[in-house]
Order: sequence, then C-alpha cells, then structure tokens
Amino acid sequence: MKWMNSRSAAGIALVAVALVALPFVAAMGGQAWVRIVDFAILYVFLALGLNIVVGLAGLLDLGYVAFYAVGAYVYALLASPHFGLHLPFWAIVPMGAATACVFGVLLGTPTLKLRGDYLAIVTLGFGEIIRIFLNNLNAPVNITNGAQGITLIDPVAIGGFKFSGTTQILGISLSGPQKYYFLLVALAIVVILINLRLQHSRIGRAWQAIREDEVAAKAIGINTRNIKLLAFAMGASFGGVAGGIFSAMQGFVSPESFSLVESISILSMVVLGGMGHIPGVILGAVLLTVLPELLRYGVGPVQQALFGKVLVDPESLRMLIFGLALVLVMRWRPAGLWPSSERRRELAEKT
Amino acid sequence: MGLRVAYGGIQAVRGITFHVAEGEMVALIGANGAGKTSTLKAISRILDTAGGTVRFCDREITRLAPHRLVREGIALVPEGRGVFPRLSVAENLAMGAFVRSDTAEIDRDLDQVFGYFPRLKERAEQLAGTLSGGEQQMLAIGRALMSRPRLLLLDEPSMGLAPIMVQKIFEVIQAVARQGMTILLVEQNARLALEVSQRAYVMESGEITLAGEASQLLNDPRVREAYLGES
Repeated sequence: MKWMNSRSAAGIALVAVALVALPFVAAMGGQAWVRIVDFAILYVFLALGLNIVVGLAGLLDLGYVAFYAVGAYVYALLASPHFGLHLPFWAIVPMGAATACVFGVLLGTPTLKLRGDYLAIVTLGFGEIIRIFLNNLNAPVNITNGAQGITLIDPVAIGGFKFSGTTQILGISLSGPQKYYFLLVALAIVVILINLRLQHSRIGRAWQAIREDEVAAKAIGINTRNIKLLAFAMGASFGGVAGGIFSAMQGFVSPESFSLVESISILSMVVLGGMGHIPGVILGAVLLTVLPELLRYGVGPVQQALFGKVLVDPESLRMLIFGLALVLVMRWRPAGLWPSSERRRELAEKT
Repeated sequence: MGLRVAYGGIQAVRGITFHVAEGEMVALIGANGAGKTSTLKAISRILDTAGGTVRFCDREITRLAPHRLVREGIALVPEGRGVFPRLSVAENLAMGAFVRSDTAEIDRDLDQVFGYFPRLKERAEQLAGTLSGGEQQMLAIGRALMSRPRLLLLDEPSMGLAPIMVQKIFEVIQAVARQGMTILLVEQNARLALEVSQRAYVMESGEITLAGEASQLLNDPRVREAYLGES
C-alpha cells in the first residue's frame, strides 16, 4: 500500500502527535476551547455522513439535522430520568443509528423520483416535521417533553469509566471534555475509514454513477432505487450516532438545537470543504466550527481596542463575516477549499 | 395487442408489433415525436408500458426492473449519450461492466472497445465531460459493449454530431454488427439507418406505417418522399 512508505508514516505520526496534544493545547485557553474542539469533531462526523448523501450520491438533502435529532432523542429518552431508563452508551448508540436509518429510508422512499431543487424542498420539510414533532410530542402522552427538552441525560460511561468530570490517568489530569475528545477522535477515525472504504467500493461507484446520470446508471445495471435508499440510510445512521454523542456530551437536548440553520451549516461544511472529497469535508467541518468561535471571542476585544467601546454586537458581526467568507469562497473556489483532484481537473479543463 | 406507451393521457406509442432476429440489425426510423425513443425506453424499462408485452429470448421482460435487463443481455446507449461526465473515460468504461465480475474477460472486452475506438484509448484518463460530442457517443457505445450484451439498443447515435463523426460512429456500429451483435437502431437520419440495417420499421404518430427490407425501403417512394427529402 502506498501510504506505507516512510514519508507518509512520518506524516501519520505527526498527525497522531498533534491529535494527542490538541486537547491539552486547547485547554490552555480554557475548557471552553476543548469543548469547541469536541464539537468540531462531532461536526466532522455529521459532515461525513451528509457527504455520502450529497457528495457521493448527489442527493441534495436540506433536512439532514432530522437524523441528528432522532439519534439525540433516542439517547436522551433511553438514558435519562425522563422515563427512568438508564441504558448503557454502547447499547443505545446502535439503537440510535438504527432508528435514524429507518427514518432515512422513510425520507428516501417517497423522494426516489425527485432530484435537485424538488428533493431539497421535500427534505427541508422533513427536517422541520421532525423538529415540530419533537416540540409537540408532550401531549397527550409526554414523550419528548416538548420545548423544555430533556435534562439530566447520562454522560457516556464505558465499563466503569465515566466520561464526565475530571479523572487522573497516569498522573495526568483529564477533564470531561478532554476525555470526550479522545472518544470522538477514535470514533471519527472509524467513520473516516468507513467513508474511505465506501467511496472506492462498488457501492461508492454506483452512488457516483447515479450522481452523474441516473438513466445511464440504470442502463448499466445499477439498482438505483436500492442504492439511493442505501445512501439515505447510511448518511442517516452517521447522523444518528453523532446525535447520541451530542446528547451525552451536553446532558440536555431540546428541539431548538435541530433547526433548519443547523442543516444548512452542515451542508455548508460539505460544500465549502469540497463535495465528495473526504479531506475537504473534514476541513470544512473544522473551519466552520472553529472560525465562528474565534470570531465570537475576537470581535468584541478588537472593537474595544480600536474604538474604546463595542459598536457592533459580536454575534451579528460574526454572522456577517461568516456570510462574506462563504460568498468569497464560492466566488473564487467554487469546487470548495480542498476539492478532489477530479473536480479540480474538471474546472481547470473547462476554463 | 401491441406495445403501448403513454405520458399521462397522451399516447406516444399506439400498439406496435415488431421483432428483431438474432444477429440482425433493425432500424426504427421516423420523424421527431413519432414514438421511436419512447419505444426504446419502454423496451429498456426506463419507461413503463401502458400495454402490450416485450419478449427477449423467449422470456417476457415487460415487468422486469430496469437494472435487471443488463444481466439479461440488453444494453442501452441512451439518447443524448448519457456518459458520466465527472468520471474518466476509463472509469466510464469500467462502469459499463458493473454487473460483471470476470476480470480477465472484462480486460479483453476493454481492449476490443479500444480497438473499435482508438480515440478513447488516447483519452482514457480524461474526464468524460470534457470529450467532444462524437467522442462521448463513442464512449457511450463502448460502455454499453462493456456489459457484453446480446442485444444493443442504440438511441439516435447520430444526434448532434458532425458528419465526419457520424460516419466514424456508424463504421463502428457496422463492425460491431459484423461480429454478430443483434442491434436495434433508433435513428432520425433515415438514409443512414437504412444503409446500415437489414430491415427497418417506419414509425409515424406512434404507429408502424411501413416495414420491410432496408434496401427496399430505401427505394420506396413513400419513404423517399417523407424521410429522404426526395420527391
């Protein structure tokens, strides 16, 4: 294999060291930064899941957050005082993935014949339906506790090892977010490997064929119905797993975490990074999680220093700069910040 | 009862009956909107039929899922070529063998396709979307051949191509036919279609109005007047 040569091995070792050091470096800026890094990895997870649907199979999904919500609520309901259930993490996460998968097929089946804008509208509606259901499923039987959400959700515990609170391991003190970081990194590596394998598999090629031309895909013998459903199902499962972890990390879920804006920002990560290209999608997810936070912390103090007072509310300026960045990237790097070599070649050959 | 295809309430194909014998090249000619492409789409199961049956090698295939047809031995070269634009030429051809797993034989067929279309070999690494129209048509035919079909369905292979390209494409179609391939050719360019086929059917408003040996149809005054631009 080509990545076994010494230069690549050194590269991998370097990345590994950086990944281990990251939570300790981030902790110097406070635990909040470790949490931001955690969320960046969680979004890598989500973006890679959405990338299967949008990037590989070419199905524009604007309701992806619904699967994230399903995973989060499955975890919340099965591991909180709300129903008095406290199932272990390793048991719930597969259930969350499976439930999200069912919802993926549920969304996929009626939309099989839709493409592009039409599919986008239906998926958008689906995302909203799920959120509205979560908001209102508190009567007559209280299932989701409505807009108040579910609190006191169990943190992740594997064996006797708890991921919340501070623990001492080999004389090193690890905070809750730092422990979650390592769990997330381990899971993210698994997800990345699955994605890499999928992309170059028969199924991955079938997805690409459908993305390129559905009639031709049928004509060469691809069962487009099943393969499209599989894309929805797999993408949804990733969302479901991410949702479960989100639930456990936050200890609290409510419908407002799963708004349309969330779907759009996950889609932006995929598009901005480079649709269909795994390293690009990872870059997109990390940038779009960390940059807004940097702005949030940077905008106030900078104004204070320049003008002696805060003229523009940091929150609104943050969205403004964010929007501008998106426009600039789409203008000058339409294939994304880190597109696949094919996309690069395609754009180069066209001009 | 013949084959019927309808779009909503509008019948595009109004009960037609025809056959293609093994090893034969048969053309389906007619003006725009006569129902030729609809017929081909119904056979290849891209469209549902409104009535009638399609049989292939003594087996009824009218209700088969479209992706199953390739395994049965039917390959379609879709109208407007339908190559995968963001895959390379080589990847497009490899996709043609999607349902096959006999690697050695696939390689042999690939060599054969490159033999028919040397241009594709030169451009193997280029993205299909950047090929010229004629080259894309070559690729579409090559990709269909990669499934090693028993019946090749060609939908308007001359559409939108320069005359020199049309000639090249049809030379290959004839070469493929000489190898014993059974071909159903849908074509608006009636003269060209009649020159390369053995038999032909003329479609008009969803019905077959004329049928016979291609050479006879070439000399038929009705065909000459309506489709060959002579009076």
